[in-house]
Amino acid sequence: MSLSLDDVKRVANLAQVEVSEDEAHTALTQLSDIFSLIQQMQAVNTSTIKPMSHAQDVMQRLRPDLVTEIDQRKLFQSIAPKVEAGLYLVPKVIE
Amino acid sequence: MFNFSLKQLSGLLSAKKISSIELTGEFLKRLKTLNPGYNAFITINEETSLVQARAADAMIAAGQAHPLTGIPVAQKDIFCTKGWRTTCGSKMLSNFISPYDADVVERFNTVGAVNIGKTNMDEFAMGSSNETSFYGPVKNPWDITAVPGGSSGGSACAVAARMTPAATGTDTGGSIRQPAALCGISGIKPTYGLVSRYGMIAFASSLDQGGPMAKSAEDLALMLNVMAGFDVRDSTSLQREPEDYTRDLEKPLAGLRIGLPKEYFVKEINDDVARAVEAAIAEYRKLGATTVEVSLPATKLSVPVYYVLAPAEASSNLSRFDGVRYGYRAPDYIDLSDMYRKTRAQGFGAEVKRRILIGTYVLSHGYYDAYYIQAQKLRRLIAQDFIEAFKQCDIIMGPTSPTVAFDLGEKSSDPVQMYLSDAYTIAVNLAGLPGMSIPVGFGNKNRPVGLHLIGNYFAEAQMLNVAHQYQEATDWHVRMPVQLQT
Amino acid sequence: MQWEIVIGLEVHTQLSTQSKIFSGGSTAFGAVPNTQACAVDLALPGVLPVLNRGAVERAIKLGLAVGGKINSPSVFARKNYFYPDLPKGYQISQYELPVIDGGSVKIQVGHDGTECEKTIRLTRAHLEEDAGKSLHDDFHGMTGIDLNRAGTPLLEIVSEPDMRSSAEAVAYAKTLHSLVRWIGICDGNMQEGSFRCDANVSVRPFGSDKLGTRCEIKNLNSFRFLEKAINYEARRQIEIIEDGGTIQQQTRLYDSERDETRAMRSKEDAQDYRYFPDPDLLPLEISLQWVAKIKAAMPELPMHRRYRFMAADAAGLAALLQEHSSVAFEAGLDVPVGRDFYQLSAYDAAMLTADKDTADYFEQVMEVIGGKNAKLCANWVMGEVTSRLNRDDKDITASPVSAGQLAGLLLHINNGTISGKIAKEVFDAMWLGEYGGDAETIIKTKGLKQISDEGQIEKLVDEILSANPQQVADYRNGKEKAFNSLIGQVMKVSKGKANPAQVNEILKKKLME
Repeated sequence: MSLSLDDVKRVANLAQVEVSEDEAHTALTQLSDIFSLIQQMQAVNTSTIKPMSHAQDVMQRLRPDLVTEIDQRKLFQSIAPKVEAGLYLVPKVIE
Repeated sequence: MFNFSLKQLSGLLSAKKISSIELTGEFLKRLKTLNPGYNAFITINEETSLVQARAADAMIAAGQAHPLTGIPVAQKDIFCTKGWRTTCGSKMLSNFISPYDADVVERFNTVGAVNIGKTNMDEFAMGSSNETSFYGPVKNPWDITAVPGGSSGGSACAVAARMTPAATGTDTGGSIRQPAALCGISGIKPTYGLVSRYGMIAFASSLDQGGPMAKSAEDLALMLNVMAGFDVRDSTSLQREPEDYTRDLEKPLAGLRIGLPKEYFVKEINDDVARAVEAAIAEYRKLGATTVEVSLPATKLSVPVYYVLAPAEASSNLSRFDGVRYGYRAPDYIDLSDMYRKTRAQGFGAEVKRRILIGTYVLSHGYYDAYYIQAQKLRRLIAQDFIEAFKQCDIIMGPTSPTVAFDLGEKSSDPVQMYLSDAYTIAVNLAGLPGMSIPVGFGNKNRPVGLHLIGNYFAEAQMLNVAHQYQEATDWHVRMPVQLQT
Repeated sequence: MQWEIVIGLEVHTQLSTQSKIFSGGSTAFGAVPNTQACAVDLALPGVLPVLNRGAVERAIKLGLAVGGKINSPSVFARKNYFYPDLPKGYQISQYELPVIDGGSVKIQVGHDGTECEKTIRLTRAHLEEDAGKSLHDDFHGMTGIDLNRAGTPLLEIVSEPDMRSSAEAVAYAKTLHSLVRWIGICDGNMQEGSFRCDANVSVRPFGSDKLGTRCEIKNLNSFRFLEKAINYEARRQIEIIEDGGTIQQQTRLYDSERDETRAMRSKEDAQDYRYFPDPDLLPLEISLQWVAKIKAAMPELPMHRRYRFMAADAAGLAALLQEHSSVAFEAGLDVPVGRDFYQLSAYDAAMLTADKDTADYFEQVMEVIGGKNAKLCANWVMGEVTSRLNRDDKDITASPVSAGQLAGLLLHINNGTISGKIAKEVFDAMWLGEYGGDAETIIKTKGLKQISDEGQIEKLVDEILSANPQQVADYRNGKEKAFNSLIGQVMKVSKGKANPAQVNEILKKKLME
């Protein structure tokens, strides 16, 4: 498998990271090296193996349905880039 | 005093030979003198530290002292600390004053330890050299032309240069053990699930684990007593009876079976490192241990598996940094998407962006099975190897890193070479096992060598015992760089 | 060409928990913006999700009610996309292993004598978190984000494309709406967005078994909009095809003011959500014991109740269930079933079990007045009670006339104290709360008691007969109509209080003399 410049741009778009043409070329070279390392994985037949998502074989613990949080808007919004009337402001969203 | 163990410092405090205010003041003074040369800390907050020290003195006076009350501890800047700037080594969080405490920070606060500062790290813990930090690289106290390792390089440097008696770290693929090895200190990454991840800024959730970094195994045990424990706020936190990790420190090692994976002692390992590790193992034989060759055949796939799984999780974990609710927002943009793209392009450094791209790619449509699922399957094989090996031995040993600390700049332009330097430590995170590094000598250019100890699940007390017995018999762990011995 | 419309619905039901699905933040509606968005809801760096037991419990209830398979383990996955009301940059949802697989819902379709039942199959139901809200009021050309709703638990219920008209889609949505309220997992408040539908609509030539390209219409929050949006969308697609065009798979929004759908600009890029299991959450295990415990506490399901209202006895109920059997029934059979039977018509039973509160009210009345008066009771509940509730825009749980009070009134009708006509007068007074709404006091105080004394009625009849010799003669000459006129006059002079049956009997007797 070989990575293309379009792949790099598509992925950067999905990840919402701006990349210039130069950066895309550099990224392509570096990512191609990394993927040739990753490619080693394909040599192993794993058809009978179950994927392992977690380090421990434990089931999800459940929380009782209780409200435990208090209003901390003032504190939380003191570190926000742009707020008004208690709302976080962003450039206009078009649906 | 700067070379004292936690037990010694605690003794001085409880005997009222020194107050926490004085002790904290002394360390802060040293820190302020040394830090400009090493860049181990991103943020210090003298006043807050001294307020904590005063409160600790009151606890001691009231007879409510815990072994760590009044003792300065540095926090890796990945742990959210209320009222402190918490940057995670990134420009993205350069203005982020955390509104809450991580579980680990809360635990240190509860016992009255003093937060002496936030340590430098690779950006979002992505790196093995501390060169990816937005706040500049950390220097290795043994040789300022060398890297301290990463990502917990600031913590390792701070302990090695005795700017703090102990520090916290986090380890996703070796980020506690590798810098501990490269800086000649001790560090342990506990079993996954032992230390709460709540408030620890996520890199790769299924691999991240917090742990202590200190001069000795004994100090680590005291630190781990504070850090480990169940936390309802972390779904992956394990519900277990609290343990005293110092309980087995003094056990003799007679009959200990050490497993030596044949895959670890191969051509990739440098001679200087191999010599120090073999000498350490010889020392263990003298202490009554036996060795047995074990095999971890799937371990060779650890690096590729890791560089699929960790970036995949990271690409998603780092999506929250979008310039909307906190952190950096690009100054100029034309619309919403442009704001996202510029904020993230400017707020993240090159290595972080590289991993976000890798992770996004391996999760994307059409590639998920070939990469992500395949990597998760291989992860199971890697874990199973260890389970098999532990049928023949009590503990596994090998080098922490194939080389001593490399020079600053040496690998920073070649990601693949950098990634390969984590080959020994990564498999332990994939399996979720506890791992540890202790200093066992010096290699090329008189740079430290670390011995890697891998224990079975929940074998921390035993590993600390194994390390402590070695440290009782040797003095590598108390050595410090010549220029710092004043 | 004749076209067939094919519809599948995805319904997002907000689960009626106190706290959010992954945090201890409150889910109360209408709070001041961002005052209910806690650290986890805001996705501060380092925070982690912990699953709410109440949300899982409600999902299990739905699974039992629709006869779905309750998966254990099920898995939470991250759906990755950027949107300002999605704080983490991913939504925690379920992908490969949802909490519920399959199941079905029966709906009533057709009208005016063509009513029949249709089974709508469910694909799955999965737990997920809601997003916040974007407020497009003009903040200097910017959008404001309120994250109070972020993290509210949702159960997304996905149907198979089994509906063939907007009417069927509405019937399905209404049945589901009633069901989730019936089993107490969702308040069903559509204005507040507690029950939101996305409709997948496609068209194909009649007789074709291939599905056409579908468009998804988002966020339909009323049954009327659901119906209109589907109708518009189907017409739009048919026109395009008939003009030789092809349908593009799209996400569209319904504009209720213009009564049309339009493509969503924010969804134009082909999405790649990069689903993967959430490493912060472990597999969800649902033990058989837990399911059994929930099952034991479940209310009787609407279908069961409906057939029980129709049946004469347990055997009759069993037969009805057999006849209308479906997965849902088999799964729900060990859910508790009521003991009483009423032999009502299918229509009455369906009306009374349209929602749980009405059915409860009916049975509370029946408990007092006894089993043989079901039809009378059904008529009153569906008639007087419902029409007044509608007029006053009240819910039956807030009815001014309680079940106990209505029972008191019906007892008086039954034992002949008052006539049906007078009963309505009494009911009016009860509705207004006169005399504490007590039927007996009203009847006594207002002197509305029926005249059943034979002598008294004979006297009234005699009065009328002597005053109307012509009509008496007419009747005797075979004019039946004259009889009714005479009865009317007797009732009139008694101010409606004379027992009509007795008047009838005595009058007949007297005319025979």
